[in-house]
Amino acid sequence: MNKEELKARLEELLPSPAFEEGAEWTTIVVDPAVWEGFAQEMRSAEGLDFDYLFCVTAIDWKTHFTMVYHLTSTVYRHTVVVKVKLDHDRPVIRTVSDIWRTAEFHEREAYDLFGVVFTGHPDLRRLFMTDDWNGWPLRKDYEDPVNMIKL
Amino acid sequence: MIEEIGTTEQGDMVINVGPQHPSTHGVLHLVITLSGETIKKVEPHLGYIHRSIEKMCESLSYRQFIYVTSRMDYLSSHINNHGCALCVEKGMQIEVPARARVIRVLMDELTRLASHQLWWGAMAMDVGALTPFFHAFREREAINDIMEETCGARLTMNYMVPGGVMADIHSNFQRGVKEFIRFFRTKIDEYDELVTGNIIFKSRMEGVGYLSPEDAVSYGCTGPTARGSGVSCDIRKLYPYEVYGWLDFEEVTEAGGDCFARYKVRMQEMRQSLSIIEQLIDNIPEGEFLAKTKAVLKLPKGEFYSRVETARGEFGVYIISEGGTTPYRIKFRSPGFSNLSALDHMARGHKIGDLVAIMGTLDLVIPDIDR
Repeated sequence: MNKEELKARLEELLPSPAFEEGAEWTTIVVDPAVWEGFAQEMRSAEGLDFDYLFCVTAIDWKTHFTMVYHLTSTVYRHTVVVKVKLDHDRPVIRTVSDIWRTAEFHEREAYDLFGVVFTGHPDLRRLFMTDDWNGWPLRKDYEDPVNMIKL
Repeated sequence: MIEEIGTTEQGDMVINVGPQHPSTHGVLHLVITLSGETIKKVEPHLGYIHRSIEKMCESLSYRQFIYVTSRMDYLSSHINNHGCALCVEKGMQIEVPARARVIRVLMDELTRLASHQLWWGAMAMDVGALTPFFHAFREREAINDIMEETCGARLTMNYMVPGGVMADIHSNFQRGVKEFIRFFRTKIDEYDELVTGNIIFKSRMEGVGYLSPEDAVSYGCTGPTARGSGVSCDIRKLYPYEVYGWLDFEEVTEAGGDCFARYKVRMQEMRQSLSIIEQLIDNIPEGEFLAKTKAVLKLPKGEFYSRVETARGEFGVYIISEGGTTPYRIKFRSPGFSNLSALDHMARGHKIGDLVAIMGTLDLVIPDIDR
């Protein structure tokens, strides 16, 4: 399936989707409210079958957060990048760890380092930092006078 | 955070393995819930060697950040550097000279061999055989000597830079590698004689830690861990980079899904790596080893993703650039992180003694997981 065909298939699942141009892979921007249903469709829809979530990360844009999900189908070998914009003051998104189990660890990492809250996550705790750590280290406004080395 | 040794309400025992334990190969801390000797739950506690490399990279230039990545998966440092160099080259659209591309693949495969050798020795030691460790280190030493001559380092190489490799190969390189191949061809058969067919070893490995192909994909497992479950996921075959597309080698998969299948995959991969090195060692093209690049690298605004196959699986580098001299954000998708997440699923229902075998076949490198 080439990029155009993949776009057409994704358009069937999501009315009036927003695509980002110029990237290596098909990139689609999804509203957090429809993310869970869309993720489920992408996983199970015939001919799409995105079963392999290979990268999950968050980006702090200072005004908002972007969750980025890189997905591939091991059957058809097509790749899609899904971006979900989140509010900076209240970054909340539905978990996808019940669809792709690798997301459980990746979402804990995003919570630990960015403070993004995943509703419905089975075990949302800090992963790398200690439980009593203050702040979210990978945010752009994070300051730590003791542990941070400015280069 | 650290539970004390004790019992749960159901009468199960909770014990801690690590963070200082020989079989965890680093500072991995596992909290294990046991019913008698049977594992009910394994919970990894991470972060003992977390250095926030991703944050560090945000203040380093595109030439500097590559050196930090050697400190993640230190057994695949060449391949980590390679992935980062590829990503910067993709963004800058730098054409890498043919000589550098062949040297890079040679170094990658030597690294894979050295990594698998160490894994083999440590794996056997985990399940109770001490001698193989010394065999493996003798052979690994030969690779380290070759690396030392050319790269000037034995562990954190920092040899691959955007545009090619840092220095040309040493005049002894080709002779040394050929000698090593001749030497190691006989040794790898000895490895099989020593361990693979051993009845005690097999009974520790067969049927232990089963991972189905569906679960391997769902947990994001890659590398020999997933290939041991019959999942085809070799980046060198699926998305060939450098000269891998022209080489004659096989992607090794085993359908077993248990520890022994993962073991067999890695043993076969060593032979494939030897074959790749043999194909290339006499065919290194003449010419430049480093493309001419600007003194200060500036990636255009946008995002770039590159993926390479390390000894442990798929390593991804995701750079988000705002057009400056430093990345706005970097994400490293490390193979060990996803492979570890399947540990709980694989270990449940087995005896605590089997946990060591399962961890051994996952080939965990903790700095790669913690970053």
